[in-house]
Amino acid sequence: MQFGIFTVGDVTPDPTTGTTVSEHQRIKDTVAIARKAEEVGLDVFATGEHHNPPFVPSAPTTTLAYIAAQTTSLLLSTATTLITTTDPVRIAEDYATLQHLSDGRVDLMMGRGNTGPVYPWFGKDIRDGIPLAIENYHLLRRLWREDVVDWEGTYRTPLQGFTATPRPLDGVPPFVWHGSIRSPEIAEQAAYYGDGFFANHIFWPASHTRQMVGLYRRRFEHYGHGSADQAIVGLGGQVFMRKNSQDAVREFRPYFDNAPVYGHGPSLEDFTSQTPLTVGSPQQVVERTLGFREYAGDYQRQLFLMDHAGLPVKTVLEQLDILGEEVVPVLRREFAALRPAHVPDAPTHASLVAATKQEVSA
Amino acid sequence: MTPSPGSGQTRTIAVVTAGLSQPSSTRLLADRLAAAADRALRLHDEQVRVEVVDLRELAHALTDNLLTGFPSGDLADAIELVRRADALVAVTPIFNASYSGLFKTFVDVLGNGALEGKPVLLGATAGTARHSLALEFALRPLFAHLKARVVPTAVFAASEDFASAGDTGSLSARVERAGRELADAVRGTPASAPVDPFANPTPFEDLLRG
Repeated sequence: MQFGIFTVGDVTPDPTTGTTVSEHQRIKDTVAIARKAEEVGLDVFATGEHHNPPFVPSAPTTTLAYIAAQTTSLLLSTATTLITTTDPVRIAEDYATLQHLSDGRVDLMMGRGNTGPVYPWFGKDIRDGIPLAIENYHLLRRLWREDVVDWEGTYRTPLQGFTATPRPLDGVPPFVWHGSIRSPEIAEQAAYYGDGFFANHIFWPASHTRQMVGLYRRRFEHYGHGSADQAIVGLGGQVFMRKNSQDAVREFRPYFDNAPVYGHGPSLEDFTSQTPLTVGSPQQVVERTLGFREYAGDYQRQLFLMDHAGLPVKTVLEQLDILGEEVVPVLRREFAALRPAHVPDAPTHASLVAATKQEVSA
Repeated sequence: MTPSPGSGQTRTIAVVTAGLSQPSSTRLLADRLAAAADRALRLHDEQVRVEVVDLRELAHALTDNLLTGFPSGDLADAIELVRRADALVAVTPIFNASYSGLFKTFVDVLGNGALEGKPVLLGATAGTARHSLALEFALRPLFAHLKARVVPTAVFAASEDFASAGDTGSLSARVERAGRELADAVRGTPASAPVDPFANPTPFEDLLRG
């Protein structure tokens, strides 16, 4: 099982001090956070993609390539790549390049963005959100898998004899996850291709995640990729930890109360009971996270949101130390002990290359 | 018209009331409307269950829903109740010439298609009868937008109505007529079965064809 972190890349004032870091600092901090993730033994770092303030990650492959150069084992991913408003030709080329630079330490998560105006900013119409995600992704798959592509669709100019360059590393495209909060069509899309499905999970009740993951698993089996319990599932999570759980609650409360998304709404206590947010001791985080499999099944990737709502980078790095030292080693052991042998790991570049070789020799 | 036999199923009437005081004249009107519809349905041998959602108790949860994007606990149950009900009795106090903010917030978090084709009886209360047309120019267009099947009689009750005698045109007569109209609409509608997009997703081949 893979463990990692995902960042939204928000620049939010620290409510306890009123200070706001510069965009420059936030981008540098993001790199420091990714390096820390590798140092403490996490597997994955994923960045969001946003094209509006107060977010900084508008150019994910630039940031990920920079991080790739400073790490050796960390798997670099996105959360999410805007498949709706980004030309699939750009995605094919950008991420194939990143594959080469990082020696295959790349996968992607497709998504549809956080704000309506992002569509017109890139010449698209929000009402076409789902059809864009479907058509663009279908083209992206072909660009990675076919050396020469003839293509005609609704949302971009046709392609005649087009070759996306560079070709994917070892001829194997990056593994793709599809992220969605509430669109059954996206779970259906992930299932159809046998791709991974990532349930955002944070900020939402478990009952909702259970529905989306359940649909994806059923349809994964329907489309013949394996049994439902072999489908490739990822989940988000959000935690804040201190040795003593009361200290965690006291320290995190002002960040919670003023957070983007849910701030000034429910109490911290209500929200932790309604959603996967866990604020407490490392042991509480372990227990809560192990509980996710009770409604999502045995799953392959757990990403935590650690660096939002204005938390200072020093605190975030401390949190990563706790996560790496006291939480993830226990989760690895416990999840592995619970998982049946026929449930696969999430595909990596190495496993996909091996599978391709096997197919060729078979 | 020969009365048709009952459907053999229990029909659920959801009653949503946005009254704020306790006791509330809005709740009182809602109860009377529901009781009238209940009586009219039972005359046709229908089994009826009336379930009341008092929005006052959900006021905090409604604000949280606006901010978090999902309904918690009792609010989630209330939304599900309304979505699954065979009919809705919706009653609001009139504030500043329209439905109350609390009432509209509940409508706003119901989710797409929740009231589509659903028989709805509208009611409203206010201190004076001068607000009575708010039912027609504020509530009825809202429910038309939601594609609900709103019955022709909407019932307005001003404070003075609660003291008037039971002659024609009195509150009691209007309540009985509206209850009958709702009962007729329910009897003309198959038992409610909301669509679950998670149970029957559109097959991907269809999505791919666009």
